[in-house]
Amino acid sequence: MTGFAGTWQLTRLAFRRDVGILAACTWGIVAVVALVARDLGVLYPTAARRLALASHAGGNPALRFLFGRLNGTSVGALTAWRFGVWAACAAAVLAIFIVVRHTRADEEAGRLELVGSGAVGRQAPLTAALLAAVTANVAIALLAFLWLPVLKLPWAGSAALGLSIGACGLAFAGLAAVAAQLAGTARGARGIALAVLGAAFVLRAVGDAGSAGHAEAALSWLSWASPLGWAEFARAFGSAGECWWVLAIPLAAGAAAVAVAFALAAWRDHSAGLLPDRPGRTAASGLLRGPLGLAWRLHAGVLAGWVAAYLFTYAAFGAATKGIGEFLGTSAVLKRYFLRIGYQHTVIDAYLSAFMLLAGLGAAAYATSAVLRLRTEETGNLAEPVLATATGRIRWALSYICVAVVGAGLLLAAAGLSAGLSYGILTGSVSTQLPQLLAAALARLPAALVLTAVAVAVFGLLPWEATAVAWSIVALVAIIALFGPSLQWPAAIMDISPFTQIPNLPGGVVTAGPLVWLCGISVALGAVGLFGLRSRDLGDLGPSFRGPRIHEWLVDYLRIREQSGDNPGNIT
Amino acid sequence: MTSRPGSGSDVVVHTAGLTKRFGSAVALDRLDLTVRTGEVHAFLGPNGAGKTTTIRILLGLLKADSGQVALLGGDPWRDAVALHRRLAYVPGDVTLWPSLTGGEIIDLLGRLRDPKAGLDPRRRSALVERFDLDTSKKARAYSRGNRQKVALIAALASDAELLLLDEPTAGLDPLMEATFRDWVTEERRSGRAILLSSHILAEAEALADRVTIIRAGRAVETGTLAEMRHLTRTSVEAEVAGPARLDGVRGVHDLVTDGPRVRCQVDQAALNEVLGRLHRAGVRTLTCRPPTLEELFLRHYSTERNVAGAPR
Repeated sequence: MTGFAGTWQLTRLAFRRDVGILAACTWGIVAVVALVARDLGVLYPTAARRLALASHAGGNPALRFLFGRLNGTSVGALTAWRFGVWAACAAAVLAIFIVVRHTRADEEAGRLELVGSGAVGRQAPLTAALLAAVTANVAIALLAFLWLPVLKLPWAGSAALGLSIGACGLAFAGLAAVAAQLAGTARGARGIALAVLGAAFVLRAVGDAGSAGHAEAALSWLSWASPLGWAEFARAFGSAGECWWVLAIPLAAGAAAVAVAFALAAWRDHSAGLLPDRPGRTAASGLLRGPLGLAWRLHAGVLAGWVAAYLFTYAAFGAATKGIGEFLGTSAVLKRYFLRIGYQHTVIDAYLSAFMLLAGLGAAAYATSAVLRLRTEETGNLAEPVLATATGRIRWALSYICVAVVGAGLLLAAAGLSAGLSYGILTGSVSTQLPQLLAAALARLPAALVLTAVAVAVFGLLPWEATAVAWSIVALVAIIALFGPSLQWPAAIMDISPFTQIPNLPGGVVTAGPLVWLCGISVALGAVGLFGLRSRDLGDLGPSFRGPRIHEWLVDYLRIREQSGDNPGNIT
Repeated sequence: MTSRPGSGSDVVVHTAGLTKRFGSAVALDRLDLTVRTGEVHAFLGPNGAGKTTTIRILLGLLKADSGQVALLGGDPWRDAVALHRRLAYVPGDVTLWPSLTGGEIIDLLGRLRDPKAGLDPRRRSALVERFDLDTSKKARAYSRGNRQKVALIAALASDAELLLLDEPTAGLDPLMEATFRDWVTEERRSGRAILLSSHILAEAEALADRVTIIRAGRAVETGTLAEMRHLTRTSVEAEVAGPARLDGVRGVHDLVTDGPRVRCQVDQAALNEVLGRLHRAGVRTLTCRPPTLEELFLRHYSTERNVAGAPR
């Protein structure tokens, strides 16, 4: 078994690097499930209420598309329906990231070369990565098994739900292990694994939606073909009892994938992927011209992913809107909640407005990440070659800001269009819904721009803290916007969020005033940031010198000074 | 001395009393540096001496705290964009955008420098061929040497008046290093100025017209190699018949006697005396070498020989 030598050390290394994030993610996934269970217990305290919800949710194709099959009317069954598939998705994403991070990512960065030169077997890194993923998923299953019964859910169902989530994570850990052998880059490996996860979601969604109303309809086999479908067919808390043997399918699939991955790893060369690396252009196209062309090229791929996710998600939300009135009508508490965050009089408008708020927050997060790319390029020595050419700092920064703003606009347009089309088609009112929802989405743009401009300002003035400060402000605004209304926080706090100033569309009253002055604030903050950028040192690591380069330099400097003090005759 | 900054058209880089602090640490301490048109100027110093900081100030990426600095007759901080049209730069630690191919990056950098014309396609393809670079590969797949080639080709294919090269051959193999030297020799004939920072001494020796040695942020010596050699010692190795009796002679350093063999470093002034004594002892073999730049360097930085940045 020399192929596995050193596995234990590498596993310890993996935990040493990741223990914090692993604990947070496993705990977070189970905590959300537990919160959903608690809320459903509060919102639907009586069996009659739950039956009303179940009869609606079980038959609505859009809700089945989003959440999956409902296997009963107990609080547990509703929990498994509402968050079982999504928690399984989260566990799968976690497993993919863990496995790729400790295999292909380390290999691509050259770290495994150093490790592999020690007394470490060929299979050890992959085994260590899989052990980390297995630990995370066992922890999820165990936590769910211990936590859900505290909320007075049955033991058997808790075990089945935890195991179905964990088993799905394990299946995708195996898949990620194979992907890490196939692709030559970490990005490629994650891409393959996440694409399979996306396909699994769509298979299950179509299978579930298509078989609404008649249990064993023609499309059910689609759900059976999806690892996410297996999570629902385990029927945690199901009224017909759990279906334990289904849990063996993801475990077997995961084990088979791991075996394939080990076989591939034993066969391939170090750092080589099995999929050929396609050669690219030998010369730049006409588009790759100037800093704007570069910024666009660097962001286009990620932005396309965001737009696709927005289109898909908002099509689903729009489709689910049709029945939302009846659905919410089954819970007076939920209805009140939606009315509060939407401030609206009709529940439908409140629901749509709440989702457009989410679209705005997401667009602000995208734009913030696009602006902060400036800082990443600066500290990664990628700004230097550009700024050493006939490109000024302001023009360089404006290119990235431009992509951020256009990206945020595209995302909101995608949300409005997609929701408007799907809701409009289902209700036969595209001509009214499409412009209304498009306007509702785009009205969030000025608020998103304020957060974008905050990122520009901190990048210019406090570059060494830009990432921390900009994301903290995005998080603060998100918390205020999402929790403030339902917890009825005072206006002074609510006013911190630029989204509070936006009229609650659809349904609200539109006034141009706030939109105009939010844009004004954005321009002012952006100008301040650009001014700061123009007058500061590039690559500034701040007064505390926490960066490695300055640190090394300082050590060298002190050594030279010390030695020249010892040997004053050395300087000619 | 060459007058005031930027006054003479033959001066492309001029700094006087250039000082840069990072917090309480002094990176550049009154640095003086002059590069003239058409010369290859080597900028030598160990890691952390301030070479890169100087180049970054010349590029307007950092702002000098005090002192004068002129680049191509302008102020590198204020006139950055206009000046950058006339220069090309190769960073010491070349980082590239991982998702772009080498060919795309070469063209992009050329277009960024000169938005209208870009790079001369003939020069570009000649360089790609001579440096033997696969331009269709994504930058993430390049080794350090190949990344270096991308930056070098983009700089050398331009028609810039001034090339700022920060340790340009650090990742290249000997064959590619020779290719690079050939190009620099050709470039010099076309009248461009090159500021070449390096700690590879053979490179400076092979290429440079003039040398500035920097240490702890100060220029400790500037001149042609010939000018510097007169300051230094000659290395003498001899095999003699009898005892040479060199102990205690003024101007003899690092004396090693190994049976009939004698090795030492001799100051210019003591050379005659040493040769006389060797002659009296009966010379069988004798080797006298002018000091290599390596030895110049070792003398300036002898205290750091055992730590970082030591020349091999």
